[in-house]
Amino acid sequence: MSEENTNYIEILTKGIWKENPVAYQVLGICSALAVTVKMSTSIVMGIALTLVTAFSSMLISALRKKIPSNIRIIAELAIIASLVIVTDQILKAFFYDISKQLSIFVGLIITNCIVLGRAEAFALANKPLASFLDGIGNGLGYSLVLIAVAFLRELLGSGKIFGFNIIPQFFFDAGYQNMGLMVLAPGAFFIIGLLVWLKNSLPGVSKEER
Amino acid sequence: MNPFKKLLESSEKHFTESGRFHSLEPLFDTIKTIFLFPSPRNKQVPFVRDNLDLKRYMSFVLLSLIPVLIFGIYNTGFQAGLARGETYTVFRSFLTGSRYVLPIILVTYGVGFFWETLFASLRNHKISEGLLVTGLLFPLTLPATIPLWQVALGISFGVVIGKEVFGGTGRNILNPALTGRAFLFFSYPLSMSGDVWVAAKTTVDGVSSATALSIMAPEGERLATLLSDSGFTLSNLFFGFVPGSIGETSALCCLLGAAFLIITRIANFRIIIGGIAGLILTATIFYLIPGGSHTWSDAGPLYHLCAGGFLFGISFMATDPVSAPGTNPGRWIFGGLIGFLTVTIRVVNPAFVEGAMLAILFMNVFASLLDHIVIKYTASKRIPNV
Repeated sequence: MSEENTNYIEILTKGIWKENPVAYQVLGICSALAVTVKMSTSIVMGIALTLVTAFSSMLISALRKKIPSNIRIIAELAIIASLVIVTDQILKAFFYDISKQLSIFVGLIITNCIVLGRAEAFALANKPLASFLDGIGNGLGYSLVLIAVAFLRELLGSGKIFGFNIIPQFFFDAGYQNMGLMVLAPGAFFIIGLLVWLKNSLPGVSKEER
Repeated sequence: MNPFKKLLESSEKHFTESGRFHSLEPLFDTIKTIFLFPSPRNKQVPFVRDNLDLKRYMSFVLLSLIPVLIFGIYNTGFQAGLARGETYTVFRSFLTGSRYVLPIILVTYGVGFFWETLFASLRNHKISEGLLVTGLLFPLTLPATIPLWQVALGISFGVVIGKEVFGGTGRNILNPALTGRAFLFFSYPLSMSGDVWVAAKTTVDGVSSATALSIMAPEGERLATLLSDSGFTLSNLFFGFVPGSIGETSALCCLLGAAFLIITRIANFRIIIGGIAGLILTATIFYLIPGGSHTWSDAGPLYHLCAGGFLFGISFMATDPVSAPGTNPGRWIFGGLIGFLTVTIRVVNPAFVEGAMLAILFMNVFASLLDHIVIKYTASKRIPNV
């Protein structure tokens, strides 16, 4: 075992920026399209996914030597599913309105590729603490993209942020209109695509890393 | 040697590899090739005899659009006059029409040219002539009342997302002008559908500013009678004296443009003929199916052909050589399916009044698949090497 020199900060930041799950690994796109119409839902979704990824990675990592490799997917899914059910119940108990708006998508965290992807790619080969941080990092990276997309979609699509009107009325009087495309799912596709384009063309992201 | 050529040649050194304005080299190149010769000529064999390069190609499309454009400007003014309860003279119609149409065209070219120059400088490719066609096709598909900032946004989307992200002219899978229009259609439905087709603030009672396609008769009446009662007689639709997008109203002008493109071999006749055949066939089938006599399924092939933007789309947009298939059987199928989808969307889907735009974009996506199937099929018929 040569994991002594684990750089925890790098594990954390890798998921947030350099290997961002949505922008670099292109995972979790489905929920990124579905819940980003409003800021509030996307923040809750981001938090839920971050916690699920972090704890499932930690648990799977702790059990990695006990899980037989030929049935590992089932074992991993059992852990992830339990955590998702807990999250769903907590949301239903304390944030009922937002839970209503998120509807099926909290339950569908089970099928979110990020959770299983991190379990397979990282937790099975690393220690629990590193896996936990990796889950936090990837969850935050996902939340970052979600919030950025939701910010643009809510601002352009309905002129609001967190449900408050941002665009002043005289804009509308002068002929401004909300962009209907942003409320539709394709709008999220275009924004994610443009964000990935922006990220890749920033200095420091070299061509080899794309 | 004329003085303009001298000026260009003397300033050329600033735009070369070591010059001060090297990043603006594509702009310089464009100006030079528009006024002077398009490309360097060969000094030895092979001398290519055909002068049909991209620039000539695109300028022929521009020529074919002239009747549509002129009639579009006239009709915009004419319809505005009708809506105010007057019949404008030809001159006054043109004057009123150009006040609405010319700003749209100018904004399209200005914004489109900005993006094209930006990408040409960044990516080091040439400013392509495709923009000239896109920049004229795009305004012609818009209603005359559209706000100019939406025009700017639409052409930006069309040029950047529709074309430049794929690598510029010749690599786009969708028609850039239609991509821009689709963006506006879904983003700003208030400006793109409903009562936006007539360029007049006040309308006289009883003057409808809807298009023929948005008319639906009440249960029990026939659509055809209602259409001619509202002024949408077949001859009006054919000659184009009806409200609609700037360039699409006149079936006659579209057919003139199509004929010019077919004769000069710019557009492939298989797409146009296939499209019209597909549309007529589908419309006839819907016509023969009993029931629904108050909807567009009862309109019959001629109404389907003349109303809406189908002829404009199939003549100028579906024939875009980049986004259409490159094999002849593929072209027949491509055109036929555009006709079929146009009628199907018009008749079956009440959410979209006009189906030509969506049909063409949809088939653009399938163009390379059609080519692939045709090539596989042809290859499978070949006798294997023995």
